[in-house]
Amino acid sequence: MTTVRIGNGQGFWGDSVDAPVELLRGGEIDYIGMDYLAEVTLSIMMRQKLRNPEMGYATDFIGFVERVLPELVERNVRVLCNAGGLNPNGARAKIFEVARKLGVKGFKVGVVEGDDILPRLPELIAAGHDLADMETGAPMSTIVDRVTSANAYLGARPVVEALDEGALIVLCGRVTDTALALAPMAHEFGWDFDDWDLMASGTVAGHIIECGAQCTGGNFSRWWEVEDLWNVGYPIVEASSDGTFVVTKHEGTGGMVTVDTVSEQLLYEMGDPEAYVGPDCVARFTSIQLEEVGKDRVRVSGIRGEPRTPTLKISASYLEGYKATGQLTVSGPRAVEKAELAAETIWKRLERGGVVFEDGQKTVELVGVGACLPGITPPPDDPPEVVLRLGVHDDDRAKIERFGKEIAPLVTSGPPGVTGFAGGRPKPQQVVAYWPALLAREEVEGRVRVTVEEA
Amino acid sequence: MRVPLYRVAHARSGDKGDGSNVGLIADSPELYEVIAKQLTAAAVKEHFRLVCRGEVERFEVPNLNALNFILHDSLGGGGTESLKTDAQGKTHGQGLLTLEIDVPETLLPEP
Repeated sequence: MTTVRIGNGQGFWGDSVDAPVELLRGGEIDYIGMDYLAEVTLSIMMRQKLRNPEMGYATDFIGFVERVLPELVERNVRVLCNAGGLNPNGARAKIFEVARKLGVKGFKVGVVEGDDILPRLPELIAAGHDLADMETGAPMSTIVDRVTSANAYLGARPVVEALDEGALIVLCGRVTDTALALAPMAHEFGWDFDDWDLMASGTVAGHIIECGAQCTGGNFSRWWEVEDLWNVGYPIVEASSDGTFVVTKHEGTGGMVTVDTVSEQLLYEMGDPEAYVGPDCVARFTSIQLEEVGKDRVRVSGIRGEPRTPTLKISASYLEGYKATGQLTVSGPRAVEKAELAAETIWKRLERGGVVFEDGQKTVELVGVGACLPGITPPPDDPPEVVLRLGVHDDDRAKIERFGKEIAPLVTSGPPGVTGFAGGRPKPQQVVAYWPALLAREEVEGRVRVTVEEA
Repeated sequence: MRVPLYRVAHARSGDKGDGSNVGLIADSPELYEVIAKQLTAAAVKEHFRLVCRGEVERFEVPNLNALNFILHDSLGGGGTESLKTDAQGKTHGQGLLTLEIDVPETLLPEP
């Protein structure tokens, strides 16, 4: 049976810039999926686009194309990504510019649009779509004047359309990470979009590889069993037309693919295992069977799916005040007590200056004595040093700025042994908060547009 | 014998809004049975009492010898809003593995 090899070269915005190049050059590969959009990335891209209408996409991706474009064209390795952000057409124009510079011609780039619903929010809300926060149930109308991005998660179908039309590179905005693996399978094998088991198989394959090295030995509980993590191979699924697939990685790379590493990734960010809801289907994770069929080869089978839901998930972001964090290192005898005194000193001096942060607006962490897992890992009695980390959040930027000025003075006017104040005063950062919601599918799907152009 | 979970299971965690999810995978179907009996939502809530301010939800994934826990309200706002070092619950899996349970000696791996 013929198989198709689909890799993931970028698990998130900020992942290794060399990983997709290694994945391309390390052996046989047919497709490379790459994820660049975290929850609020589109909001950052919105700001970039407002400053410069040619921006608004993930510029890292252009760097990748610049490095490897001739090889992609020569070997016909197709790349699917969400790097288009809010301006996939701008990204395509930039890729064509890069191609001209490199003297590369005769390849196609597809663009998927229609995920951006920001301009339509007032109209949608007026029509009775409350776009309620999936966590709190609050309707979007309560924050709509502060919303900076709102995008629907599209599924595999428009990506398949671009592949069917011959695109070597497909630039999407908000599309599910799983669609980047499902789409090449559906394209290669001509899958029916209403075959829920096959849709679920591609979705599960996508879920396993979407976080890059997290299924090949990265972030693995038993890290001491993993060899050459520095050279970890990014994942590849070898998919078959019946929906079964093998998770593997290039030979000669570090890391490992075992039932254990794949199981951990299957459970990552999992909610109800009976209902993994995506735009293409509902996958049942309780049906998945794993089997080791060779070194660094795990076969996945038995996957069952249910019909897709009538809604699409919306990922919106909105402005929610300002925050800043600052830290100092406190060393020597009684470091914990000294750090506590330092924190108290900072809050009292701020209060003297008329700046008060309520309980929910500030945090004090003593890193080194159980900041991440309080009450779980017992701290040492008198550690040689601790890092005091303070954070504040407020709608008033001036209060946050004032906080930033109160850290450094502790070095000379606090307890002894205080050091590690580097990097200048903590600056207020605008908080871009996340708003997940649901919207009737038909409000989005009729407006999705796929265009494929040749360089 | 009373042992920490890391002797008989492994885990991974991540964020789900303002909650975290912790997936725990037993090293064998037999160990899954042993762990599933003792590791109730209440036991996990008690273990994370200073981390998790909300409910703990528990799901069974027997085909992977796994349990999945959702620790609601445990990230100080979650995502970009949180002021915590671990705003995404990345460490919660490691934290769960220190919880101790009773395991028959015959099922324990060589130390």
